[in-house]
Amino acid sequence: MEPALFYILAAVTVIATLLAITEKHAVHAIVYLVTSFFALAVIFFMLGAPVVAAFEVIIYAGAIMVLFLFVIMMLDLGHPERARLPGIRDWWPALALGAVTLAAALTLVGSRVPAVTAAGRAIGVREFALTLFGNYGVAVEVVSMQLLFALVGALYLAKRRNPPLPPLPEGEGGRRPGEGQIMVRKERRP
Amino acid sequence: MIVPFEHVLILAGVLFALGLVCVLVWRMNLIMLLIGIEVMLNAAMLAFVGGAARWGMADGQVFSLVIMALTSAEVSLALAMVVYLHRRKRTVDADEFSTLKDT
Repeated sequence: MEPALFYILAAVTVIATLLAITEKHAVHAIVYLVTSFFALAVIFFMLGAPVVAAFEVIIYAGAIMVLFLFVIMMLDLGHPERARLPGIRDWWPALALGAVTLAAALTLVGSRVPAVTAAGRAIGVREFALTLFGNYGVAVEVVSMQLLFALVGALYLAKRRNPPLPPLPEGEGGRRPGEGQIMVRKERRP
Repeated sequence: MIVPFEHVLILAGVLFALGLVCVLVWRMNLIMLLIGIEVMLNAAMLAFVGGAARWGMADGQVFSLVIMALTSAEVSLALAMVVYLHRRKRTVDADEFSTLKDT
């Protein structure tokens, strides 16, 4: 029962990813990808990682994909007829390189006898947390600093800068029209 | 462990190849390029979790959690950069951003 479920979920993951990367519409691609991530989360659960499965649903499908959706809808990118689409010139090198990578991986894995299926046990929250905060405390600190830096960087990039002033005109003592008076700087609209 | 470890690795390899194809095909669209990177990182996470289940240790799952945190930081920065570039040139075509000159 459980191996069959694994193979069904693997097929769902691969097909959803395949549909996502061949989809012209970015929003549809995101939705396919969320499907793929849900199937992958169930695979994680079956492999004895309930914590990672929960985080996969919460962070990946819940936060990161919604972030993508926000940006796509904010920038109004959901018009595939306006965007440039990959032609046949873009497809064949990618397919060739992907096929080579896949063939190398499959040859490497298939050259060995499949391992004996061992009865696995689920790693619960307790053991996971003990390992995470006991053995890898430094990693937690580094990740927290990295998230802080990402926050600062995103704030810096998202800040609206005022447009640079035009060059000084000739004559008039290099004074711009209106200079010397009280200037009301308007907020620039995008 | 319900299936042989090799089958988990094969699934991870297939997903990684799909992500690589996505990055190479959609290299003119920044959003689809980031999606391809997401798929590749998910394949790496699947390999880590499969290894954790194979040897019965929690270390692989810790690594997959670290990958997840890294991905969220990377995606937030990259999407902020996409918004910034779109504000400058009104496009997400990666070929438009091939110059270092500030225009």
